[in-house]
Amino acid sequence: MIEVASIKRGIVIDHITAGKGLLIFNKLNLASLGYPVVLLMNVPSGRMGKKDIIKIENFVDVDTAMLGLIDSSITVNVIESEHVTNKVRVSIPQEVKGLFTCSNPRCVTNTDSYVMPSFRLHDKKSCSYSCEYCEEITRVNLA
Amino acid sequence: MFFMKNLQGRHLISPNDLSLEEIRAIIELAHDMKRNRSKYSTLCQGQILATLFYEPSTRTKLSFESAMLRMGGSILGFSDANTSAVAKGESIADTIRVLGSYADIAVMRHPREGAPKLASEFSAIPLINGGDGGHQHPTQTLTDLLTIDTYRQRLDGLSVAFCGDLKYGRTVHSLIETLARYQGCKFYLVSPEELVLPLRQKEHLVKKYGSEIIECRRMEEALPHLDILYMTRIQKERFFNEADYLRLKNSFILDAEKMKLAKSDMIVMHPLPRVNEISYEVDRDPRAVYFPQAELGVYVRMALMAHLLGVSK
Repeated sequence: MIEVASIKRGIVIDHITAGKGLLIFNKLNLASLGYPVVLLMNVPSGRMGKKDIIKIENFVDVDTAMLGLIDSSITVNVIESEHVTNKVRVSIPQEVKGLFTCSNPRCVTNTDSYVMPSFRLHDKKSCSYSCEYCEEITRVNLA
Repeated sequence: MFFMKNLQGRHLISPNDLSLEEIRAIIELAHDMKRNRSKYSTLCQGQILATLFYEPSTRTKLSFESAMLRMGGSILGFSDANTSAVAKGESIADTIRVLGSYADIAVMRHPREGAPKLASEFSAIPLINGGDGGHQHPTQTLTDLLTIDTYRQRLDGLSVAFCGDLKYGRTVHSLIETLARYQGCKFYLVSPEELVLPLRQKEHLVKKYGSEIIECRRMEEALPHLDILYMTRIQKERFFNEADYLRLKNSFILDAEKMKLAKSDMIVMHPLPRVNEISYEVDRDPRAVYFPQAELGVYVRMALMAHLLGVSK
């Protein structure tokens, strides 16, 4: 078993479905942070069997909406003085801005670059969103 | 009381922006404007309507202009994006910001779906969607509702058939969604398989409003049951090949023979322009109301603009 020391102050992204850790690492652009970051893959988990974990030794803004779109099983832990001071369980967001584009080629958000594509959750099961501008349904797959 | 103060200063992007009570207020004012047109001839004196038409339109643009002129107001605008600053690359946001200081209310037609919604976010004046791609056309819906109310004296409990292009027709999408909000309306959908109402909208109508929907491939199946027959144009370019178009187009043409199957008080509506989907012989039938419907479009736009501008008699 690989041993990784606990962090004193920072963020732990836990309960990532095994295999999605690298995707999240890349989506959050963690390689460019300049802080110590650890990606653990296929860690044994009582609840999940196997899971991935990301530990970041410092505070960074983590886009929980995006995490929710990729994997709604994730929990984000804020660590201070080696203790968890806040725990956020991400979920599929009700509203999303700018994380993906509208699937309707005739939608104004696909031509006017200053508009931020905005969506409301249409169906949780299929992870589909309704465009705030043209109302077209877009299925989201950030993988 | 025909006038609802809470509509003042608002935009109209989709028919869903209006409550049924607000729709009723607009319809009642439109009825009164039709009955007593001279009473309203100076209602909008000093007010300016900007018409921002990024693609061609005859009826919508002219009926808006007529509506404002009949209320004593003035109009400015463009009807071709190539002759405006748009051709130089000006964004929708900048155009509406500037126009907001030239006019008191604006109507926009745009080929891009969602463009009027985007414009409304930057607009200091009430903005009306005059049609955005295949998405929404709320003032056509108001026109249709006023027509139905004029000829049937109600908007609930109606059996309505939509015939023709139900896939791309924005007038159909807007009207069916709005009528579904009224109690007891039953919908017959008559179209070729290639042009059926999108599944998403059908599911939405059933799930949200519990609408009763009956799909037919032939107009004759629906005709005896209807209060309203809403015809739309089948566009040749929607078909994959010429053979399919030729095979299907005649099934969706209304003629005097088919009208014999309909009830004596059924009305035939059409958003116009028509091509060949209604034979000219049907024009003489008193149940054909598509030309009066176009006229009612002026009154409903008058009533809408009066509300959004907050001017009342």
